[in-house]
Amino acid sequence: MLSRSVVRAGLKGMISATPASAIFRPAVALQARSTSTNNTTATTHAQGDEILRAQRLKRPISPHLSIYQPQLTWYMSSFTRITGVALSGALYAYFAAYAASPLLGLHLESSAVAASFATLPFAGKFAIKLGAALPFAYHSWNGVRHLIWDMGKELSLKGVYRTGYAVLGLTVVTSVGLALM
Amino acid sequence: MSLSFVSQQCLRQSAVMGVAAVGGIRALAGGVRHLASVASTEGVPKQEQKRMKKFEIYRWNPDTPEKKPEMQTYEIDLNKTGPMVLDALIRIKNEIDPTLTFRRSCREGICGSCAMNIEGGNTLACLCRISDADKVTRIYPLPHTYVVKDLVPDMTQFYKQYKSIKPYLQRKTPSPDGREFRQSPEERKKLDGLYECILCACCSTSCPSYWWNSQEYLGPAILLQSYRWIADSRDEFKAERKQAFENEMSLYRCHTIMNCTRTCPKGLNPGLAIAQIKKEMALSS
Repeated sequence: MLSRSVVRAGLKGMISATPASAIFRPAVALQARSTSTNNTTATTHAQGDEILRAQRLKRPISPHLSIYQPQLTWYMSSFTRITGVALSGALYAYFAAYAASPLLGLHLESSAVAASFATLPFAGKFAIKLGAALPFAYHSWNGVRHLIWDMGKELSLKGVYRTGYAVLGLTVVTSVGLALM
Repeated sequence: MSLSFVSQQCLRQSAVMGVAAVGGIRALAGGVRHLASVASTEGVPKQEQKRMKKFEIYRWNPDTPEKKPEMQTYEIDLNKTGPMVLDALIRIKNEIDPTLTFRRSCREGICGSCAMNIEGGNTLACLCRISDADKVTRIYPLPHTYVVKDLVPDMTQFYKQYKSIKPYLQRKTPSPDGREFRQSPEERKKLDGLYECILCACCSTSCPSYWWNSQEYLGPAILLQSYRWIADSRDEFKAERKQAFENEMSLYRCHTIMNCTRTCPKGLNPGLAIAQIKKEMALSS
């Protein structure tokens, strides 16, 4: 042990004394260290398997969604899924409520809904319409983007970003247009 | 000042060499070595000021599995470190913490060993430049993989999936003249952008679909590899290869998210390869 540390100190002295290049230096340091940490124990193949199996049971899963860089690619994909679920969910919720409205005493006929909507101020109308038009326009335009992709077109990195920004632009324009109607 | 002086001298000398050493490469090589020694003896000004940068690295040790994974911060001087993230990792391992564990081999982007998540994106540490010194660089193992230790992911499932697509030439008939299976330059060209894949798993582990379904969905890397054989004019098992994808999970969990193409450190396009398989399957049956 003593001789080892002497060797190590000697090597370290050498490293600091010689103006070795930065690439050369770590290699020497590694050699010195590998002689100093030599506390391994021999295992049979079966024992090794046992250790591996025990380790595999406890391995954590590395972080994913929470650490991945925000990118247009997967952000747009997840918003497609979210808007799809929201739109179809809202549709099902309305139809279910409509079917149950006689039992619950609700008035969800088109005329009643239109009448109550007419009493809102312009800002309220605009906000509600925009809230419905935004996910609708986004989901529709991105659907068109997917159809283009399914033909094997615009599937380069450039194409993905070009069509992505086009979908975002078209979404804003059409949803504002729909909300003003 | 003196730096520019040295380079001027180098230029002048190489110009002289250019005139004198029509003799060839040998003399030129000698000239280069000579120039290097000039540069070191002339005394390039030592950059005394340090350029410290922080690296936050994911740590988990299988010997203490009860301890949760944590981020450990290391600070190194960029003026003494090579330009790539792998250089920084090797420097940290050599000089600060020998217990830091990661895979590396070729340091030139051809082995795929040092694939990891750097600043949020999957890439090869050896091809990824170290960003500005005032920015903290966070390094994780490839996302949603089982961690063997620190930055080392368990690739067992990935390699099993690779094996499952039979990644080799399959023939029903022998070569007509008993020689090699030949193909035209046009047929060979179809394999460009496919054969370069080094199976580093950057794309597969960037794919949210693969995160949630890696037990059954093959993922972009393996599907690109499969298309490499489907597109090969010499392979005679194309129908069988496509038949193996006739289920909900193997191929069709691809939702064209395109994280794969965005992250591929080799600049390949797994998303396009998958779309080609889908298209061929839709049009053939």
